[in-house]
Amino acid sequence: MPLTPILTAHWDDEDSHTIEGYRRHGGYDMVPVSFGVHPDEVIALVKASGLRGRGGAGFPTGMKWGFVPQNDGKPHYLVVNADESEPGACKDIPLMLANPHALVEGCIHAAYAIRANHAFIYIRGEVPHAIRRVAAAVREAYSAGFLGTDILGSGFDLDIVVHSGAGAYICGEETALLDSLEGRRGQPRLKPPFPAIAGLYASPTVINNVETIANIPTIVRNGADWFKQFGTEKSPGFKLFAVSGHVERPGIYEAPLGTTMRELLDYAGGVREGHELKFWIPGGSSVPMLLPEHLDTPLTYEDMASLGTMLGTGTPMVFDETTSVVRAISRWIHFYKHESCGKCTPCREGTFWLDQLLDRFERGTAAETDIEKVDDICKQIAGRSFCALGDAAATPYAPALKYFREEFLAGTHTPADELFDPVAATVFAGAAAR
Amino acid sequence: MALTEQTRADAAELAGRYPQSRSALLPMLHLVQSAEGTVTPDGIALCADVLGLTNAEVAAVATFYTMYKRHKVGRYHVGVCTNTLCAVLGGDAIWAALSTRLGVGHDEVTADGSISLERIECQAACTHAPVMTANWEFLDDMDVPRALEVVERLQSGEAVFSTRGPRIGTFEEIERSLAGFDDGLAGEGGGGKDSRMLAGLTFAKAHSMSAPEAPAQSPLVTAAKKTEA
Ligand SMILES: Cc1cc2nc3c(=O)[nH]c(=O)nc-3n(C[C@H](O)[C@H](O)[C@H](O)COP(=O)(O)O)c2cc1C
Ligand code: SF4
Ligand code: FES
Repeated sequence: MPLTPILTAHWDDEDSHTIEGYRRHGGYDMVPVSFGVHPDEVIALVKASGLRGRGGAGFPTGMKWGFVPQNDGKPHYLVVNADESEPGACKDIPLMLANPHALVEGCIHAAYAIRANHAFIYIRGEVPHAIRRVAAAVREAYSAGFLGTDILGSGFDLDIVVHSGAGAYICGEETALLDSLEGRRGQPRLKPPFPAIAGLYASPTVINNVETIANIPTIVRNGADWFKQFGTEKSPGFKLFAVSGHVERPGIYEAPLGTTMRELLDYAGGVREGHELKFWIPGGSSVPMLLPEHLDTPLTYEDMASLGTMLGTGTPMVFDETTSVVRAISRWIHFYKHESCGKCTPCREGTFWLDQLLDRFERGTAAETDIEKVDDICKQIAGRSFCALGDAAATPYAPALKYFREEFLAGTHTPADELFDPVAATVFAGAAAR
Repeated sequence: MALTEQTRADAAELAGRYPQSRSALLPMLHLVQSAEGTVTPDGIALCADVLGLTNAEVAAVATFYTMYKRHKVGRYHVGVCTNTLCAVLGGDAIWAALSTRLGVGHDEVTADGSISLERIECQAACTHAPVMTANWEFLDDMDVPRALEVVERLQSGEAVFSTRGPRIGTFEEIERSLAGFDDGLAGEGGGGKDSRMLAGLTFAKAHSMSAPEAPAQSPLVTAAKKTEA
């Protein structure tokens, strides 16, 4: 399938991040159009488009908005999840750097639809420039009269607050994000109640990913049928695929859902010269890895599920034959241990032991019985943890073991960096040799 | 630097931005960190006072998040991403080289106070791996010689520019910006002029690929007309 630059169409304009640059291509033109119809019609349109959340889980966006009770007398809130911290995910931050107004405009349509007069954009703290860009876009939108009270004479009020986090992956989990936004430790809440019923300040709240919200202005402009002409029935529309790793041209590739990894690899110039694909991960470290034999499966929610993995954030990581699977998995497990919020025992204790055991494999000092022990611990964590971070921590090992068992066996006698020279895996390996 | 009446006034302003003032706690901790370079007991007390919380409640929050530092970091807090993708693509080598050159490990500061080092997790910049940060600004596509040059320049006070952002400011300056006070730098670092961010657009243009033609009018316009009729 061909590339389809939509959200990325004007990123090569020098001023793509400013309101002038955004308005030159019709930005904000749709705001009065949404205001011209009943909010329920905006929800109906998003439902009809079939848009699914781009934050990883792929929940239908229109349906989520529809869960918000109406005429309940409570304030409603829109919260944008811009915490992007999943290893491998790198699409929302570029979007906020290059095209922050698409996000701001999306907030206006979404807030109008769910009858929210307050929106919050929660951005991870470690990306000051993305925070500056979004904050500047919000200020510009106020000045131009697209935010504030009685916007464009519609009677609709909206305030947007740009909020920075402070370094905690778990705050990307939507209920942990809410606690964090309330000024607390970011730890997940028990569901139900779901945020649509009792979210921020115990009021109805919609939480959506940056890319999800940034899609809304285009859907309002071009309609559901236009949106659905690409992708599949279950996975309509387009996606920002961020391809990273051992490829010639890593970067952002906007293409219809259903594009294959082989096509994306093609656009990215293929696996780096002189090397071959070993394994790849379709969407963040929390989803199971795949092999070269899976390159022709369409990148959709349903096709990835049929392979036992997930589309996740749709940000494929590519690793060539110089990569030690043991080292890769060990580092991801270490990440989950570091980021476990400590609220529940299976995840807090389990990731601690997994980290120690994987470290042994990496050092070549594991016992053969450790292979099953790790698997056992993963099974103790998966499905028994309070939130999806625990499940994610238990995910990478099983497929790695299934596909590359011999590397784990080797981890009982030989360090990973003896089996795989770490220098050969670096991007500057060639330069060092020269 | 120290906490001043201005810090307190700024904290009160942050509290006023939210429907419930406690929501301002994270930005407020960035603010007190910008004033003192670290989150001190006095900084915690200021937040607690402005928000009507106990010191213990504030401390419990401050200790949960890795960006709040309990001891002084360097004037430039340098991060090297050693999550899997960056580590494999060269982050581990960069980390080792910096750590050796500076003589400090994770979470440690050089004797002259200029640089602190941290092994950081994925920065949502994997397309630009291996990734480094200085006071959280991106330093993309790093290699060992350039990483060493960056810290040398930072140590000697020379200007270092983020690869996708402004000239790198001091830790205190960045923390103030993170607290939510405009530093006027949003326009720095160009639009989307970065080959990685433009990779797909560039390829599409070179191969005449584009999104499907848009319909003449938004379907909502038609819907609005129907409602009027
Ligand atoms: C540990 C963890 C981290 C997450 N991090 C993010 C994130 O950074 N950004 C995001 O949009 N969703 C993240 N999610 C998913 C959110 O919980 C939520 O599903 C999503 O924000 C909903 O938005 P969407 O429906 O638009 O996809 C994370 C989930 C978990 C369990
Ligand atoms: S699974 Fe892990 S991150 Fe989630 S609540 Fe339990 S301890 Fe916290
Ligand atoms: S792994 Fe380093 S930025 Fe993502």
